[in-house]
Amino acid sequence: MWRDAVLVAGKDLRIEFRSRVALSQVAPFGLVALALFAFALGPDRVIMAKGAPGLFWVAVLFCTVLAIQRSVSVESANGARDGLRLSGIDPAGLYLGKSAAVAVQLVVLEVLLAAGVVLLYGARIAVPWLIVASCALGTIGLAATGTLYGALSSGLRVRETLLPFLLLPIVAPVLLAGTRIWQAGMAGGTPSDGTQWLRLLVVFDAVYLAIGVALFGPIQETA
Amino acid sequence: MAIASPSPSAVSLRDVVALSGRFPLLAGVDLDVAVGETVLIDGPNGAGKTSLLRVCAGLVPLASGRLSVLGMDPGRQRTAVRRRIGLLAHASHLYDDLTVIENVRFAVRAAGGDIARIGPACERWGLVGRLATTQASKLSSGQRRRVALAVLTARWPEIWLLDEPHAGLDASARQLLDTVIAEAAASQVTILIASHELGTVEDIATRAVTITGGRVTAERVLSRQIPTTSGSVTHVA
Amino acid sequence: MTDDRSASTGTLPHPQASVAPNTGVTLAPVQTSRARVTEYTIGTLALVGTVATVWLGVWVTPPDKVQGDLVRLVYIHPGVAWVALYLAFGLAAVSSLLYLWPRTRSLFWDRLAAASVEVGVVFNICTLVSGSIWGKPTWGVWWVWDARLTLTAVLLIMFLGYMALRRVPAEPEVRARRSAFVALFAAVDVPLVHFSVNWWNTLHQGATVLNANLSPQIHGSMAWTLLLGFVALTLLFVWMLLVRYRIGVLEDWLADNELDLALAERQSEGAGLDDKSPSDQGGAA
Repeated sequence: MWRDAVLVAGKDLRIEFRSRVALSQVAPFGLVALALFAFALGPDRVIMAKGAPGLFWVAVLFCTVLAIQRSVSVESANGARDGLRLSGIDPAGLYLGKSAAVAVQLVVLEVLLAAGVVLLYGARIAVPWLIVASCALGTIGLAATGTLYGALSSGLRVRETLLPFLLLPIVAPVLLAGTRIWQAGMAGGTPSDGTQWLRLLVVFDAVYLAIGVALFGPIQETA
Repeated sequence: MAIASPSPSAVSLRDVVALSGRFPLLAGVDLDVAVGETVLIDGPNGAGKTSLLRVCAGLVPLASGRLSVLGMDPGRQRTAVRRRIGLLAHASHLYDDLTVIENVRFAVRAAGGDIARIGPACERWGLVGRLATTQASKLSSGQRRRVALAVLTARWPEIWLLDEPHAGLDASARQLLDTVIAEAAASQVTILIASHELGTVEDIATRAVTITGGRVTAERVLSRQIPTTSGSVTHVA
Repeated sequence: MTDDRSASTGTLPHPQASVAPNTGVTLAPVQTSRARVTEYTIGTLALVGTVATVWLGVWVTPPDKVQGDLVRLVYIHPGVAWVALYLAFGLAAVSSLLYLWPRTRSLFWDRLAAASVEVGVVFNICTLVSGSIWGKPTWGVWWVWDARLTLTAVLLIMFLGYMALRRVPAEPEVRARRSAFVALFAAVDVPLVHFSVNWWNTLHQGATVLNANLSPQIHGSMAWTLLLGFVALTLLFVWMLLVRYRIGVLEDWLADNELDLALAERQSEGAGLDDKSPSDQGGAA
């Protein structure tokens, strides 16, 4: 399973490296979203600094949807998805590999967005490890659920509109947790508030990773 | 649904019905293919040739009937069956952003094949030099076919399911394909070929079945060559 | 395999008569008399119960000391909330699980889950609306992000997503599996959303002083009416569920046979033209 996961993750990341979709399309979109939030909430940096955690995570969610769409559409051309099924590759490994690749892309995007939020909104980070932990755990959760739902909707022509609709309510806990942890880690926040939310994220990640590993095989055969 | 066959049966279908929505792709197919046989499948367009191969590969679930591949049920023991068969489909299953050699490496490793065989297989199919490092999106359809064949040659699975293998290949590639198929047939590989262009392959095939309207409607024994268990080929006068 | 459709539709059996045994009924499914009796009984009980609840709730029970007449919404709001959040969703989740489990796999569970979700959407919207109506005089605003309402809203979106997924055309088994997975993944998420939303609300410092607690003190006749309300709304849900399930069976039968009926009609057109050579008729379908 792990060998297959590494193989698939490597393949997806190599494709991303070659085509640079995440870097040249998704990242700018994320930054545009940050700019739009700034326009919407007015130039008062106090308000924007307060809202920075939430806005960051909303931008991350948008980027997640795009990243998942891309991860799914890579397999659509040339019947590659059939090719994967035919190869007899371990579905759990396939799931973990694709999730890992999405996670890596998301981490890169988050670094960019975090920089954007700090620079553009004047957010001040007081407890860096909380920020990093929330991003790490949140990313795992987003990648895990996203890959799952991406697979469920992979064969559908209406995937573009259906995937966000299905995915976003499910990852509401990640949004809530991520925002709260960031708030705890910002200047003026209470760091101890963050710990229970971190625990929630761990549970969320564990649950969906377990589901993905267990059920990706049957899901693959459905679509 | 699985029947564990005591005789060396490679592929066995009993009254198999496979649906796509409400449409019966296969409408009750009976077919037995022994290990080492080479079976040609012909029939008009839309008759179910591709569907038959896809069903044997375990890609299409059965609505009814029984299917056994190498003594296993492709629906239950998916990974085990798929690792031992190879389907050459219409689609190339390639990743456009990866180069030829990256695609071959990924496909062989994903299927658990022997990496050492990749180099020779690519050489054989002419995927060397600049072509090897060309991105798959820039390939012609004939070249894509060559890549898929290189993967198959490297993997050398026990059962080959070839769907119109000659389509898109130039003359030298066709010759090479016939040679490779003959080699495979001689080495106890079970081969099912769906094709309109039987040509040279007829010489090495043991049987030809005709599929019409989702069922096997005709069968004729072809070859004068009987594969024996020792792998050698005896000619029958 | 031959297909004896001719008995029901009166047309010729069509050539591609190879329908697998489990893809459906040839004759329109007819409700058994026992099912009809059950449906009518439950429907009547639900109606009676609801009317009784309304009568008791509006005219008989006393108003609350604090909330006045507004408290009468307590007979409806928690009841629909219980149905929407627990009954409908729980049933959908359990049915989906039973569908996916190989030993109990049957389209019955899939249709039950789908019916449950649809009826659940109705009750969910009622929950939000009744909560909103209750909230306006109490809090001064139409909506507040209190934990329970937020959870209900998230659940509504999940329900609607499930329904949107079912709209996508697909074979019944494929659609059933997909929907079942989605329902299960959502069910797993609900406790997580519940906790996050609750912590989110209680940890949210100082933005409002709204008392989001909608529950007044209940005793005496109010308690009985409340109980009656719960029972009546549950019966109402069950009745709607039965009807929706029945409609689902008919819908599936119709989809199943639409194509076959059309094919049969088409081929009976071709069969009537005797003077045409066989090769001409080949292209008709």
